[in-house]
Amino acid sequence: MAILVTEKTRVVVQGITGSQGAFHTGLMKEYMDNFVVAGVTPGKGGQDLDGTPVYNSVAEAVKEQQVNTSVIFVPPPFAADAILEAVDAELDLVICITEGIPVLDMMKVKHAMKDSKTRLIGPNCPGVITPGIGKIGIMPADIHMPGKIGIISRSGTLTYEAVDQITKAGLGESTCVGIGGDPINGTQHLDVVKMFAEDPQTEGIVLIGEIGGDAEEQAALWIKENYNKPVVGFIAGLTAPPGKRMGHAGAIVGGGDRTGAEKVQYLKDCGIKMVQSPSDIGEAMKSFFS
Amino acid sequence: MLIHEYQARDLFREYGIPVTEGKVFESLEGVEEYATELGQCVVKAQVHAGGRGKGGGVKFAPTVEKAIEHATNILGMQLITHQTTAEGCKVNKIMLVPGLDIAKEYYLALTIDRATQCPFIIASTEGGMDIEEVAESTPEKIAKIKVDPSAGCWAYHGRKVADALGFEGKQARIVANIAQNLYKMFMEKDCSIVEINPLVVTEDDQIYAIDGKVNFDSNSLYRQKDIVELRDPLEEEPLEVEASEHDLAYIKLDGNVACMVNGAGLAMATMDMIQISGGSPANFLDVGGTATPARVEQAFRILLKDPNVEGILINVFGGIVRCDLVAEGVIEAVKNIGNIEQPIVIRLSGTNSAEGKKLLAESGMTFETADSLNEAAAKIVAAVKK
Repeated sequence: MAILVTEKTRVVVQGITGSQGAFHTGLMKEYMDNFVVAGVTPGKGGQDLDGTPVYNSVAEAVKEQQVNTSVIFVPPPFAADAILEAVDAELDLVICITEGIPVLDMMKVKHAMKDSKTRLIGPNCPGVITPGIGKIGIMPADIHMPGKIGIISRSGTLTYEAVDQITKAGLGESTCVGIGGDPINGTQHLDVVKMFAEDPQTEGIVLIGEIGGDAEEQAALWIKENYNKPVVGFIAGLTAPPGKRMGHAGAIVGGGDRTGAEKVQYLKDCGIKMVQSPSDIGEAMKSFFS
Repeated sequence: MLIHEYQARDLFREYGIPVTEGKVFESLEGVEEYATELGQCVVKAQVHAGGRGKGGGVKFAPTVEKAIEHATNILGMQLITHQTTAEGCKVNKIMLVPGLDIAKEYYLALTIDRATQCPFIIASTEGGMDIEEVAESTPEKIAKIKVDPSAGCWAYHGRKVADALGFEGKQARIVANIAQNLYKMFMEKDCSIVEINPLVVTEDDQIYAIDGKVNFDSNSLYRQKDIVELRDPLEEEPLEVEASEHDLAYIKLDGNVACMVNGAGLAMATMDMIQISGGSPANFLDVGGTATPARVEQAFRILLKDPNVEGILINVFGGIVRCDLVAEGVIEAVKNIGNIEQPIVIRLSGTNSAEGKKLLAESGMTFETADSLNEAAAKIVAAVKK
């Protein structure tokens, strides 16, 4: 069954004619044929990118190709506009890969989305993959294997690290969701945990977080009260000095947040099996299934 | 991106927030003349770090002689505060402002709350203090006023601020106005935090923003050209400035094990593992999704400029980035730079990692390789301790 990305997903790539958009469209199509069915670049409608029709607007792509999901590769100054256009076209899911969107733009987008039916994943994220069904984003496909572990993470390469181990442990993944490293993002750890909890294919969850904010704690508290399958957790940035921005805008320790060590302890107290190194994620999860 | 107090005051003035007069000096020239004009004054070091007063960078001068004495001492001093390194930071500029007779101090700030994803105005009667301490010990003395960004900041928000601070009559209207103007500035200039601490009422009932701290969202600088002009490279770590010119996310730390990683999350995890293995990370460095040979070489050059570095750990999880290209980049970089004495441990995993390892092994150079992050961290820490 899996979550978010299923057999019913029909993808439009916003920013398909840009270098990143074109490159990753190729890789997504390589992973699953007939999955990406349209592209959008305003002013370039009517073109054809290696067999994928390009439209001027998301609404047009909905009308012509019945797309229900978009993935966004447009540059930061235009990304908020692209998200709002996809929301306006009433897509089910919008995945924004773009890194470096102004915080105030994202704040406006979030408030404009309040009553919409669209779910936003990202921005500044690797995307979502349901192995064997489809890939929407920039993750390397070949480390994935269809299976039973759901993965949630704020970070790209750290997710790949976890996926690689879960695959090598023989467990495989139901769906892997990169929620992105920005302070204002569309979907939080808790939202994804709830989706995994309702998914019969998912028999365990890997939760990867960072210092700063309390999104991981909210997810952990819900897990403690509602979820009794295995959860393995990892928090990055324990040694980061306070007040320094570590590439992910979200990862700043400050202003009343728990320290990294306190965050780890909180997750432990909620029954999550915490690992000290990302290298130990696979073994930790495997121990629940042997 | 941070700016100086004097620059923040200029912005306040532009937005109709009352500030006192003041002048900035990079040498003693003109100090005597201006101090004479002001009568009693305050000499303030202009550095980005907070805690200047406690570090001796802010001094009251009742006379012109005292003003010159303080200016002489503060200009060029190494100012050490809780926000600087142990060596402190050099004071290149000072500002002279009038010494006011202050009746009461307040705190007023604006930032975005992550949980509600809304701007909040924060107001307190406990101005001039460390606001985090106030929040800890007397949270009831801090008012938090939420603003819905789609509707904006209205007059009643301003009235709530004035109420919370206990202002009445004309002064209440002035403070309400300041709060609204602060919001306008925050949104128009893409700020991440704006802080007035203290906002003061003088003995003769005048209201002024005395000290300001403003930080800007670095993602928005492309559309804030006038703000970028305010950047002071002297206040930033030189290696961080150089790295940002090459689009590398680099932050200098105090340790001796340098690291080069792709991805911010994995970079943080790598720093953590260096620490857990008994070492100390010298930096954070994310080479990003396009780790081309040229970028790898540039990253190497920056890492090696830090004199504390005794070993280098490279940790790359190949995804779209191919490990063989990263290996080529490393070999090229070591060849071009020459004479790297520090031990280098490389961990390549993911796309084309076998090809990458083969290239490293055949290069004739002395790299150590590792399969996992745990192993890599242990190896580099052991190599540094030798």
